[in-house]
Amino acid sequence: MSHYSAWSVFLEGLRAGKGWGKAWRSPKPKSAYDVVIIGGGGHGLATAYYLTKNHGVKNVAVLEKGWLGGGNTGRNTTAIRSNYFYPESAALYDKSVQLYEGLSRDLNYNVMFSQRGMIVCAHSEPEMEMAARQCNAMQLNGVDAEMLDADQVRRFEPALNFSPSMRYPIHGAVLQKRAGTGRQDAVAWGFARAADAAGGDIIQNCEVTDLIIEGGRCTGVNTSAGEIKAGVVGAAVAGHSSVLAQMGGYELPITSYVLQAFVSEPIKPVLNGVTLCPPFGTYASQSDKGGLVIGGGLDRVPSYGQRGNMPMQEAVLSAFCEMFPSLAKVKLLRHWGGIVDVTPDSSPIIGPSGVEGLYLNCGWGTGGFKAIPVGGYLLAYLLATGSHHSLSRPFGLDRFETGRLIDEAASSGIAH
Amino acid sequence: MQIFPCPFCGDRNETEFHFAGELGNVRPDTTGDISAAEWSTYLFTQRNEKGAVHEVWMHTPCAELFVLERDSVSMEVTGSRALRETAK
Repeated sequence: MSHYSAWSVFLEGLRAGKGWGKAWRSPKPKSAYDVVIIGGGGHGLATAYYLTKNHGVKNVAVLEKGWLGGGNTGRNTTAIRSNYFYPESAALYDKSVQLYEGLSRDLNYNVMFSQRGMIVCAHSEPEMEMAARQCNAMQLNGVDAEMLDADQVRRFEPALNFSPSMRYPIHGAVLQKRAGTGRQDAVAWGFARAADAAGGDIIQNCEVTDLIIEGGRCTGVNTSAGEIKAGVVGAAVAGHSSVLAQMGGYELPITSYVLQAFVSEPIKPVLNGVTLCPPFGTYASQSDKGGLVIGGGLDRVPSYGQRGNMPMQEAVLSAFCEMFPSLAKVKLLRHWGGIVDVTPDSSPIIGPSGVEGLYLNCGWGTGGFKAIPVGGYLLAYLLATGSHHSLSRPFGLDRFETGRLIDEAASSGIAH
Repeated sequence: MQIFPCPFCGDRNETEFHFAGELGNVRPDTTGDISAAEWSTYLFTQRNEKGAVHEVWMHTPCAELFVLERDSVSMEVTGSRALRETAK
C-alpha cells in the first residue's frame, strides 16, 4: 500500500497517475478466520480496522454481499453530530465525533470531515425552552452546544426563511459547532484500505446464506463462496439484521423502514452548515460539489425495498421549500432510499446476540453514518475481548428486558 | 402513490393508512405470572420478515383495524380482510 500524501499526488501527476495501485486486495476467502464480520459497510469495515489496530487481531475477514459501502453507507446524508440528550448517547456519539476528528490522519485517507456546524431550530417560545434544556443537557454531557437567537441563526444560515409568515417561524436554534458532514464513500474506502493494509481480508460479492451453529455456538458462516469457519462472528448488516436473526434463531426488536434522501443539481455555495427544522421533519446541507443534500424522517410503511416513493418525497421537499424559499427552483438530481433498522427506543444495539460467538452492531436506524467509527471501535472490542466496553454496555440487547431503554427519539427532534 | 385496499371503504390512497403492528402478536395472559422475557417479547420483538408479511393496519378515516397482506420488498398488496375474518 502506498502512502498518500501531497508529495505522492505530485509525483503521480508527473506519471499521469499510472503508479496508483489498488487501494485494497481482492483475496479469495480462506477456509477459516479468527474473526468474520458480516457486512462490508462502514461499521463492518471499521470493525475490521479497529480489530487490527487496537487489538492486534489480523486474521479477519469482512464479507460483503455486494460492493463496499453499497448499502446505507452510500445512501445517507453524511451528517456527523453528537447533539444527543441522554448521557449514554452523548458518550457514544461524541466518541464517534472524536474518532472522526482524527480519522483522515489515522487512516491516511481524506474522509473530508468538515466541521461546519449544525443547528436544530426552535420555532416557538416553548420550543426555545426545550432547546435550552437540550443545550444544557449537551453541555452537562461534555458536548459543545450553544443557544442562538433568531439574529444569530440568520447570521449562521442566511438562506433560511425568516419571514414572519413562515408556517413555523424561527425563534432560535441549538448550535453544535463540531458537527458537520463527511464523505461517505471515503469513510468506507478509507477503513477498507487501512484494514487491508493491516492484513484483513475484504471480500466483496460474497453473500452469507446461513450461520453455522454447533452446540449453540456460532462457528462460522455459509456463503455464496463456500463455508468459512470463524472463531467469533460479528454482524453489522443494518436493515437486514432481522434476516440474519432468522438464520441464527435469535430475536430482535427491529423494524426495517425505508429512509429517503435527495440531492440537487450542484449550485454555488449557499448553505453554511447542516440545518434541521424539527416541525418540518426536514434537514439540509450542501455538499462540497455544490449539491443540496436533503433528508427527512422515516417512511410510514415497513419495507425492504431500497427505493424512494412519492408521499415522503412530497412531505420532505415541500418542507424544504418552506425552509429555503430561494432554493425552491433548484432541480433535483437524485433521490434514493436505504433500509434502516429501527429499534423501539431509536438507540442502537451493540452486544451479544444471545447465540454464543455472535455479536451484533445494529439498530442505528437513521443515524448510522455518524456512528461508523464508534460502532466499529465497540464491535471490535466485543469481538476481541468477549465483553462490553463501558460505552457499549448500556446498548446491549438486554435493555429491552430490564426496561433500561435509552429513548432518543424525542430528544433528537426527528423520527430517526 | 400506492393504493391500499380497506375491506370496509375500498381502495384508498396509502397516506390514509397507519401501520399498527405485526399480525399474531398476542398479549400474554396477565392474570398469571409472566417473565420479563415473555413481556419483552410481546412489547418489542418483531419478526420483520423480508417478503410476504401479514400486518394489522388502520384505515384512519374509518378508524377500522384490518389485516393487510403484502410483500415487504416489492410492496405489492396481496390481500386485505377484516380482523374477524379468517385467512382464506
